[in-house]
Amino acid sequence: FSSLLPSAHKPLFDKILIANRGEIACRVIRTAKKLGVRTVAVYSEVDSDALHVRLADEAYCIGPAPSAESYLRIDKIIEVCRQSGAQAVHPGYGFLSENAQFADRLAQEGITFIGPPASAIVSMGSKSESKNIMSAAGVPVVPGYHGTNQDPEFLQQEASRIGYPVLIKAVHGGGGKGMRVVHSTSEFRDALESAQREATKSFGNADVLVEKYIQRPRHVEVQVFADKLGGCVSLWERDCSVQRRNQKIIEEAPAPGLSSELRADLSEKAVAAAKAVDYVGAGTVEFIFDNDTSKFYFMEMNTRLQVEHPVTEMITGLDLVEWQLEVAAGNPLPLSQSAIPLVGHAFEARIYAENPRNNFLPDSGQLLYLSTPEPTHVFAPSLEAYRIPVPEGSSGFTPVHNTSAAIAPTMRLEQGFEEGAQIGVFYDPMIAKLVVHGQDRTEALRKLRTALEEYKVVGPSTNIEFLRTLAGNQAFIDAEVETGFIPKHFNELFPPVPEPSHEALAQAALFVVLRDHPAPSTPSPWTTLTSRRFAGDVYERTITLQSEEASASPSTVHIRALSNGRFDVTSHTASGSHTFANVSAHLASPTAVTASLDGALVRTTVVSQSPPANVPASSSPSTMERLHVFHGGRKTTVVLPSPEWLLSLGGDVLGAAKGALRAPMPSVVVEVRVQVGDKVEAGQAVVVLESMKTETVLRAPTGGVVKAVGCQKGEMVEEGRELVDVEPEEGDA
Amino acid sequence: TRSVQVAQRTLVASRRRAYHPNVLPSLISTSSPEFKAKSEALDALVRDLEEKFAAVRQGGGPKAAERMRSKGKKLPRERLALLLDPHTPFLELSQLAAHDVYGESLPAAGLITGIGRVSGRECMIVVNDATVKGGSYYPLTVKKQLRAQEIAKEHGLPTIYVVESGGAALPHQANVFPDKEHFGRIFYNMAQMSALGLPQIAIVHGISVAGGAYVPAMADENIIVREQGRIFLAGPPLVKAATGEEVDEETLGGGLMHSSESGVTDHLARDDEHAIAIARGIVSDLGKAGSRPVPPPATPEDPLYPAHELHGIVGTDVRQAFDMRDVIARLVDGSRFREFKKEYGTTMVTGFAHIHGYPVGIVGNNGILFSQSALKATHFIELCSQREIPLLFLVNVTGYMVGSKAEKGGIAKDGAKMVRAVACADVPKLTVVVGGSYGAGNYGMCGRAYGGRFLWMWPNAKVSVMGPGQLSQVMAQVSKDPTKHSSLKDEIEHQSTALYASARLWDDGIIRPVDTRDTVGLALALAARERGGPSGSVGRTSHTTWDGDAKGYGVFRM
Repeated sequence: FSSLLPSAHKPLFDKILIANRGEIACRVIRTAKKLGVRTVAVYSEVDSDALHVRLADEAYCIGPAPSAESYLRIDKIIEVCRQSGAQAVHPGYGFLSENAQFADRLAQEGITFIGPPASAIVSMGSKSESKNIMSAAGVPVVPGYHGTNQDPEFLQQEASRIGYPVLIKAVHGGGGKGMRVVHSTSEFRDALESAQREATKSFGNADVLVEKYIQRPRHVEVQVFADKLGGCVSLWERDCSVQRRNQKIIEEAPAPGLSSELRADLSEKAVAAAKAVDYVGAGTVEFIFDNDTSKFYFMEMNTRLQVEHPVTEMITGLDLVEWQLEVAAGNPLPLSQSAIPLVGHAFEARIYAENPRNNFLPDSGQLLYLSTPEPTHVFAPSLEAYRIPVPEGSSGFTPVHNTSAAIAPTMRLEQGFEEGAQIGVFYDPMIAKLVVHGQDRTEALRKLRTALEEYKVVGPSTNIEFLRTLAGNQAFIDAEVETGFIPKHFNELFPPVPEPSHEALAQAALFVVLRDHPAPSTPSPWTTLTSRRFAGDVYERTITLQSEEASASPSTVHIRALSNGRFDVTSHTASGSHTFANVSAHLASPTAVTASLDGALVRTTVVSQSPPANVPASSSPSTMERLHVFHGGRKTTVVLPSPEWLLSLGGDVLGAAKGALRAPMPSVVVEVRVQVGDKVEAGQAVVVLESMKTETVLRAPTGGVVKAVGCQKGEMVEEGRELVDVEPEEGDA
Repeated sequence: TRSVQVAQRTLVASRRRAYHPNVLPSLISTSSPEFKAKSEALDALVRDLEEKFAAVRQGGGPKAAERMRSKGKKLPRERLALLLDPHTPFLELSQLAAHDVYGESLPAAGLITGIGRVSGRECMIVVNDATVKGGSYYPLTVKKQLRAQEIAKEHGLPTIYVVESGGAALPHQANVFPDKEHFGRIFYNMAQMSALGLPQIAIVHGISVAGGAYVPAMADENIIVREQGRIFLAGPPLVKAATGEEVDEETLGGGLMHSSESGVTDHLARDDEHAIAIARGIVSDLGKAGSRPVPPPATPEDPLYPAHELHGIVGTDVRQAFDMRDVIARLVDGSRFREFKKEYGTTMVTGFAHIHGYPVGIVGNNGILFSQSALKATHFIELCSQREIPLLFLVNVTGYMVGSKAEKGGIAKDGAKMVRAVACADVPKLTVVVGGSYGAGNYGMCGRAYGGRFLWMWPNAKVSVMGPGQLSQVMAQVSKDPTKHSSLKDEIEHQSTALYASARLWDDGIIRPVDTRDTVGLALALAARERGGPSGSVGRTSHTTWDGDAKGYGVFRM
């Protein structure tokens, strides 16, 4: 293709629509801006202030918050294309990105879908069909028997053909029921019978299938790119083995520990897979990789740009969105296989609003404070220098540029939100992606750790601390990755939460003290003579700080004002006391304390999080002011306990609303099952809420009559909103 | 850029500190034996003072404190600390009131008074100390509360009463109850101040009985702590005696009853802390009531010389002279003092300066008052009065000159001119007795009788009708019984100490010399406040106390 003259280059689109939100919409807009392509954003009602809306040249509201009524509305998106004159649609990932119907409709309307043809989406959309296509194309699939013959003798023969260990799985199974791992032929019959018995009992059907059992699987995937002219290349592989809740959390490229032969084999099979379905654009062929045998098997193909595409960009120095636009415009792939570099090592860490210590359950809420490390790059740094043309005739699947030449560590930040944004209940709770690139895996991991230390979020709970622990875990550093990594190393990844350090407590207390100083609006001595006492008196203050676990005993910090801006600070915790003498401290900003603790001058970010104003005070830390102290690379959260009188007042309010059901978290009302006047039993389901893709059923706290209903179906309700009030039956109170 | 900023700051500072004709020089030698001796003597007095202060801060002692705590109550000083804005100054008054007066310990006369910031506003705060004799009112307790009210009234400050008191101390009722300046005056003042638009706020933390019940009842807005605060005119025993009714305290005068039935109280608090939080809320909603702070017209600057040198300059022996300019140099902004009539009547030092950015006219003594000195002071007081610049009297005076020459020179009429000018000057007056304050010199230098806004004494200060030297000689001549003579001399010397004076509220407290500048600065900020009013009128409107009241000076005898 290099023989093509520049004049043959087809022009890119003048204007594209991005049918997505969050970081990927921002990512696509950035490349479009770089190339001078105008951008059209679409947004739902709750996203009107979102970053992608502000970055785009034009933006159109396409409906209410639920994605089914906005981001998934094909008709509205097509209407916006017409209205704005957008010639092509970039679907991002998720939403309509793998919707064949959408690709079809756009084609009918004469709008270019920046992605593969609908037929490829359909072929790859079905797991069984895709496996058949792949087998035919010579791509290895997990060996197994999925047929109807349930004769035990026959199944045992199949097992021997597949090779032990094998997995017997109930066809209708789920949740681990009716599943048996068999290590040798002698065990097969017993295991089969027991699996069938369990399957009959649980699912009323004894049918099983037999598959190769992979003990230490890894998730390895190959980024492929194909153009409309029949060209198809591999941009090398990524390893996404470390997952939680079957979702990726950290990805890297290249996959550690692969021989160049294996890499070439993977790339070759992936390209064959893409070609088998006449693929166009960016796609990912996912393989399951057996750590013990170094064999890999086709799993599925994702017909879109993936979340983790930046790690591939980092090691190749390419802009994949740019490639997508080129390909969609009908141009050939910008580089041939042999010219694609593979330099250094890259990681992507996904920062989610979730609680790792609570089984990674998603969280939501406002980004009250967001401070990120300064990125060194917006796009992948160019690796032009590493691109040495190789002689014609080489297969090209072995990157010859995999060099250990020194490259400076780089960092990219892919974010879709700014401070103040709501990480909503309607969409994916991913806040940002931190992408680093270094000379080798060790360098990249070091960069990742420092970047994570500098990434500070207050609002929803996040997995930042977990990611940092993971990035510092020895097994992870040693590249012992596998899909079962987190359960296997659970104890190391979740060490007990340490007691807040004296330094962190001292700084939290100093923050409280300093922010309570009146801002000297006038230089009157009544404001400038802070804490001035006469007659030998000294201004002192004791601040009580509690950890978020209410059970832990509170710590106290005693502060003695010496002279303006100088204090003696003594921290008392369950395990001991420490005095910092003659501490010079001041507020460097409303969220930063500078203090000299034991001679070390430290600047610490401290962010105050006020409780929601409408939630009555209770002993729950969520109704108290929280201070988030970013100290020593970790976030320590302490609670300023509410005074007893406030708890007493709050108790009255809560006591008065005994039959009231309140929203436990910000959520969407899925269903209201009662009306005013209905009689309900205690424990009867009255409202169903959905938050972060998880449904919660709220039940009547007491039997009685529904006095009021404060919500309706489909409505978004804030934490603490009274949803239903039940008047207890007489004699039931 | 950081180093540039530092350099700029240094430049600004040095420009401000550049030599100025009004800068007072410091010619003292801190290594001289006299300086060291004086310093050591005053150091010892200050140490003794601090010990006394520390004892007073313990209130009625640990046992009484423990008893209060066990009832879930906060201690009086804890209540005070919660009420004040965090990290703001508190100007406490007369800590040594009732010291060694009653033959029993009555720390601070059982009452903490002072000025502090609440919700961003300067307020007079009056706290009963229930750890001291149950917070009951001795004669000096009453006097201290009346003085606090007087200061609040003069400065237009809201007053917050933190109440827990059994009322008048019955054994002292004759000296507490009947007279004009006795218990009843507290409520008279509350009514008067409320009428003047000065908010009266009461927090009832404990018992508030009999006469004491009128503090919350007379308040504009009040708070009571439930199951703790009690207001009744007569307690259960007296009720039983009077009517035969048997009733418990909570039913008779508890917070719930008063808040829900009698309407005596406005806010029902859960505990001490809650009550104080409500009080802070009340103060934040005072609107335009009371006077308004006025920022200083000049940028405050520290003096050029350290305050601790005051000890070595002044010492403790009133017969040892010192130059008042050395004191002034350690009190005023930039140590700048624009002297008036420097060459005339040189035993008087007069001139203009700033303290914490506020302008002040200083009248200081540098020896015996002669006719010339008195005339000079009169002239200067008239200047300040005309210009509305507050006056600061730095007192170290043995009196007006005596003798035929002085009498012929008309020292009586010239002294009278000065006394008249001080009495009628139409500006706030502050007095700090740094040495002696004897005889008519006390009047001319704005003694307690002359209506100053505040009067403080240094621990070495002396106040009496004449100096100890003169006293001995006079006694020797007029007394026929030498034994009596010596005991009277001792008694008068004992009665002339700052401690004796402060215990009897002849002043607003003894201050450490190093605290003088800040204390006076806070007082000047209070004096500079502008009266609010329906029309928001400012300037020389009718004052609530004399302060001249724009009436002129009457008749000067020429």
